[in-house]
Amino acid sequence: MNWNLSFFEHLIAAVVIGLAAPALSAIVFPFAVRRLSGFMSDRLGPNRVGPAGFLQPMADFIKLLLKEDITPSRSDRLLFMLAPAIAFVTPVIAISVIPFSPGYTIASLNVGLVFVVAAGSFAVLGILLAGWASHNKYSLLGGLRSVAQMISYEIPLIFNIIIVAMLVGSLSLNDVVGAQGKVWYIAVQPLAFLFFIIAGMAELNRTPFDLPEAESELVGGYMTEYGGMRFGFFYGLVEWGNATIWSLTGATLFLGGWRGPFGGSPGWLILKMLVLVFVVIWFFATFPRLQIDQLMGFAWKVLIPLSLVNLGVTGGLIILLPDNFLPPVAAFSWVSVIVLVLLFPPVQRKLLLRKRLGKAAA
Amino acid sequence: MTPDYAHSYIFIAALGVAAFVFVFGVVYLSRLIQRRHPYPEKLSPYECGIEPAVGDSWHPFAVRYYVFALLFVIFDVEAVFIFPWALVFRSLGRSGFAEMMIFIGVLFVGLVYAWAKGALEWD
Repeated sequence: MNWNLSFFEHLIAAVVIGLAAPALSAIVFPFAVRRLSGFMSDRLGPNRVGPAGFLQPMADFIKLLLKEDITPSRSDRLLFMLAPAIAFVTPVIAISVIPFSPGYTIASLNVGLVFVVAAGSFAVLGILLAGWASHNKYSLLGGLRSVAQMISYEIPLIFNIIIVAMLVGSLSLNDVVGAQGKVWYIAVQPLAFLFFIIAGMAELNRTPFDLPEAESELVGGYMTEYGGMRFGFFYGLVEWGNATIWSLTGATLFLGGWRGPFGGSPGWLILKMLVLVFVVIWFFATFPRLQIDQLMGFAWKVLIPLSLVNLGVTGGLIILLPDNFLPPVAAFSWVSVIVLVLLFPPVQRKLLLRKRLGKAAA
Repeated sequence: MTPDYAHSYIFIAALGVAAFVFVFGVVYLSRLIQRRHPYPEKLSPYECGIEPAVGDSWHPFAVRYYVFALLFVIFDVEAVFIFPWALVFRSLGRSGFAEMMIFIGVLFVGLVYAWAKGALEWD
């Protein structure tokens, strides 16, 4: 697709895409979570409003719109109002560097990969501000936990994005898709893809890393004092908008972006994005929540060292075999994934047992 | 049409402004159509629902968060250095690769040190 648009037409298209993507995800995905996790746990999920419950998101939206907009009396009013808007900047601007089809990217930056990472920091900022400005103990603790978790998992996420950049030799997402003509990078670097998924779940505050919203200990986390549409922004548009951005980035980096049979088109990209969002929902219905010490330990003691090793080995193989580096990199990555999946659970169990025994003896 | 370099940043700025306008617009819209009836108890911070909130909520918090923030800054700056290197390391050859591995190795030793000192333990 090659559209010949004027500057202003292009600008309007960009704003419409940027706002529609998080809005649509906020309408579709929470409903999908409730229905799919319902089926996965042998329940029905919401099925009363409209045919098969499909009007449920609209009912929720109207309810949030009509709810009273409260600013708690002791809160920092300016920051309290700014926080949802700042957090919302992430999903809106990050979509601009994703290539939708061979000829269409909103802003084809040559530093697209850096830009996606940089845009993600707005979400951290918004959550920290929300937690602080609410003047509520649950909010403060939830916000701090969330930020500690997001910055810890941001590092392995960045390292695994860099591994893809090393394979491509470019930071432009157009070049990333262009380089995946023969083989998708999920086949070349399954280890990086695995870490990208794990770190992504933590970045998005999704299960099994959903401690910031652990309702049994922190009420609503950083969202406790938010109500009405402001809550709707945090809970729907920011969270699921970010999930969409993460899925689009993952689809572009590892699943070939808009590539697919019958020529490249945005449809393939959206299909791959939906597959990754389904993985998020699947995890939600499957995994229990981690403890915070396990969570932070996993980022710093497992993900970061292994990502750095993967980065070093991949770089070394590219330097040694500059003409034909994909097969050895793929061999290394597949062997490491298999070893990791086989060895990690028993080793982890043994270490945990030793720690508990040590505590019991002390 | 793939816009040129300067135009790209105009689009990104426009999107950032659009995000702000959208959030405040929708919140304003909801303020127009909702019924508002605020009173002091409703506006007080939530704690347990029965007693009003006890004490100040902006209290000191665990220093652990600060330790992890420091570690994050170190590794984030490292990542900023690796990004441009990842772009050109093929033309830098073996010496460029060895230099980056030494740089990563130094920080890796730092991580091992933090680990050995117990900075990575939460409890």
